[in-house]
Amino acid sequence: MLEVERLRKTYTTDRGGVHAVEDVSFTVEDGRFYTLLGPSGCGKTTTLRCLAGLERPEGGVIRLDGRVLSGEGRFVPTYSRDIGMVFQSYAIWPHMSVFQNVAFPLEVSQDRPSKEEIARLVKEALALVGLEGLERRPAPQLSGGQQQRLALARALVRKPRLLLLDEPLSNLDAKLRQRMRIELRELQRRLGITTVYVTHDQAEALFLSHRVAVMQSGRIVQEGRPRELYASPASPFVADFVGDATFVPGEVVDGGVRALGGVVRCALSEALVPGAKALLVLRPERLLVHAGATGGPNEFAGTLRVAAFLGDHLDCVVEIGDTVMRARAHPAAELRRDQKVWVELPPDHCLAIPDDGWRPRALTRTFEQDTE
Amino acid sequence: MTSAGVTARRVALHAPTWRADVVIVAAAIAVLAYLTLFPLAILVLGAFSSGGSVFDFQFTTRWFARVLTDQASFELLANSLAYAGGSAVVAFAMGTAIAWAVERSDVPLRNLWYGIALVPLIVPGIIHTIAWLFLLSPEIGWINAPLKGAFGFSLSAYTIPGMIWIEGLHSAPLAFVLMSAAFRTMDPSLEEAAAASRADPWKTLRRVTLPLLLPTAASVVLILFVRTLESFEVPAIIGLPGRVFVYTSRIYLALKQYPPNYGLMAAYASVLLAISVLGLLLHRRVTRHAERFATITGKAYRPRRVELGRFRFLALAGLAVYGLLAVALPFVVLLYSSLIRVYTLPSVENFRELTLKNYSFILEDDLTRAAIVNSLKLALVSATVVVAITSVVAWITIRTRTPGRGLLDFLAFVPIAIPGIVLGVSLVWLYSTIQIGIYGTIWILIIAYVTRYLPYGIRSMSGGLAQIHKELEEASTAAGARWWPTFRRVTIPLLRPALLAAWIYVFIVSLRELSAGILLYSTQSVVLAIRIFDMRETGQYTAIAALSVMMIVVLVALVAVLQRLGGRTVQAT
Repeated sequence: MLEVERLRKTYTTDRGGVHAVEDVSFTVEDGRFYTLLGPSGCGKTTTLRCLAGLERPEGGVIRLDGRVLSGEGRFVPTYSRDIGMVFQSYAIWPHMSVFQNVAFPLEVSQDRPSKEEIARLVKEALALVGLEGLERRPAPQLSGGQQQRLALARALVRKPRLLLLDEPLSNLDAKLRQRMRIELRELQRRLGITTVYVTHDQAEALFLSHRVAVMQSGRIVQEGRPRELYASPASPFVADFVGDATFVPGEVVDGGVRALGGVVRCALSEALVPGAKALLVLRPERLLVHAGATGGPNEFAGTLRVAAFLGDHLDCVVEIGDTVMRARAHPAAELRRDQKVWVELPPDHCLAIPDDGWRPRALTRTFEQDTE
Repeated sequence: MTSAGVTARRVALHAPTWRADVVIVAAAIAVLAYLTLFPLAILVLGAFSSGGSVFDFQFTTRWFARVLTDQASFELLANSLAYAGGSAVVAFAMGTAIAWAVERSDVPLRNLWYGIALVPLIVPGIIHTIAWLFLLSPEIGWINAPLKGAFGFSLSAYTIPGMIWIEGLHSAPLAFVLMSAAFRTMDPSLEEAAAASRADPWKTLRRVTLPLLLPTAASVVLILFVRTLESFEVPAIIGLPGRVFVYTSRIYLALKQYPPNYGLMAAYASVLLAISVLGLLLHRRVTRHAERFATITGKAYRPRRVELGRFRFLALAGLAVYGLLAVALPFVVLLYSSLIRVYTLPSVENFRELTLKNYSFILEDDLTRAAIVNSLKLALVSATVVVAITSVVAWITIRTRTPGRGLLDFLAFVPIAIPGIVLGVSLVWLYSTIQIGIYGTIWILIIAYVTRYLPYGIRSMSGGLAQIHKELEEASTAAGARWWPTFRRVTIPLLRPALLAAWIYVFIVSLRELSAGILLYSTQSVVLAIRIFDMRETGQYTAIAALSVMMIVVLVALVAVLQRLGGRTVQAT
């Protein structure tokens, strides 16, 4: 079990800005896949580097299986931690072969295994990631996907207690990233290795993780199972970062929110009482655009501004009053630009959360430019 | 003068041993400060003292008063600036023209010209200078004799224009190297965008290419200026007989007079140092400004070449003339002179009586043999020590956050501002007083050479390290390797191209060095360049020619072999 308590660290980013990880605490149960999710500069990588011992925290405690790695006056150096790590750049040593790369962690270990044992373990690790037979290949001759697998094999060969992954998929192209995502998930579930993963890609986080911590400005702002984060975000920031959302501000009334020129029936998060300022979180994939009124609840008339064919649905932008929102329509629907449409907001999938003033970059601006 | 290209995020790879860290850095600072700042401090003190040694300090402003107000001092300053400025401009114009032709035009035989443009980099300055003396000597120069016969006038080498021409020709390869790098790393899409905006090639050159290159060009001219200012070969071999004095030759004279006047020498050296530092500060300003023009991306582009059309052969002819003047003619004149008994202009009799006597003389001459051995020893030791020191210093400054690393980087860079002869003055002054038994031995030369070449080592190492992604080293610690296994098995192998490049560079320039050693040598520590300098004073020109031919052949072969060796290691990264 990995325990992180009140971790603190000030750091400078590559662009020169000063940031801080403040009071970050979390626990990863054995065998779980735990993801730190957030935009660049949120402190997720720094937190991971503190776990690895590549950064020295200014405060807080890190424990692995009850043993202190950092804090309480102690600091275990990286090379003495029972970890495997995959870096964003893969960090495959270009002057070594595939075999030498994977054998390295075994060769430098305090109780170095015999030559035969190293060969066996390397073979096993390479088989795990599907690179068997490439032992003699010079590492720079591997493709991007193969280098990624090699980095993973090198991280796993020592059978570490903790696997650390720093945006390992971000350098792959989209198709390959999807495939590696599946493989990585299966591998982690099969080996049952405790894993901490860092990414800014919400889809990756939802797909891979048992639990996700969303980070913002050096703090964990919400933590939970992927489903929870999507269904009940605690703040506009989380709602925006995990999934797509249109935000509509309004005032809480009984059973809904006054907005869009009427009342939107929706689930209200606990803190909301009638009269409070709230923000409606509307997921585009839940909103349905119809050419005519269906008479259902939560239906609002608006003007269709964009309807783009995307295979399994039409991606729509609808203007309701001065609110611009994204929504979907049936792929076969006959819709024309600027026609009047009705948007159905299923009450079960509408959520209102407290409005803390945070806003994503507006959609309106780009929309106006597009139509001109 | 910190090295560029360092990412802001630094890591403590060996986090637990902070104290060892600080001790190592403190030791490194002490060593570097002793090598670089200490002699300079002693020098400046010496310039203000009328005492007979470092310990005998008696304050006086007499030397500076003389250096700064003397009638001859204005002439000295004017000569120095004219010589250095003129040579910089000549070298820049030639080097840039060749670089443009080779990198950006479709002139034929580009690879050949590339090689030819680099050869003068290998030839020692003293050999180049003497070869041109054979060509431009007023009475017996190959170029002047026919001129005089036909038109009744000659182009004397013993004038400021003569000095500018000879030094400029020798510095042109440096301009070529720097400018061709600038041409190569310039994003061609910037020019293509101009073309797409309907600018013709001439307008593109004038409005886009040249303005983009301006900061680089300014920095190259400044580098050339500072290097020429501190050059000693042309001022001593041509300036002294021609009675055209510049700072370096004046300092040399101050030592040669009897009794040597250390105070005066130190004052001259301080002034030269000040001008050199000023030039480099200016260079730093210019290059800092240059970063805004993000033309240098580190990527090598495949630029579009300008089609010269009917000017193609004009350009070819220009390059051929350069090849003739910079490489062929000097070598031929040396080869010819090395094969005759007494130097005279080429004639039928001379060719009938060609002899190898000069070569056998050189090979049997004890002093020359000692010089060869000394030069090799010096080059080997200097290159190895410089690489050893700078690889550790560069690693500390780039990869760690240890306090003091900025100072360390600065100290390793200080010698770039110290002219070789100024370093010589300070070391003479220092070690003739502090008798630790190295004065007059090869050790004082080793100290001089190592100090002088630290910046080149640091530049190569920092550049090499900055290119090695820090995650490559972090991956090693994360794999369980401590500092030393990481350094040995990951850092050093990846750094090998930079290590090798630095070693080769220092080795070659050590073999050619004259100015740093000219004030420090004794009969037991003569090196090759100094041996040539001495033989010239006794008029053994044909013997010099033989030694020069041998040196050129060996150096060019050596560089070719080492380059190939170095090239093979590059593929690893």
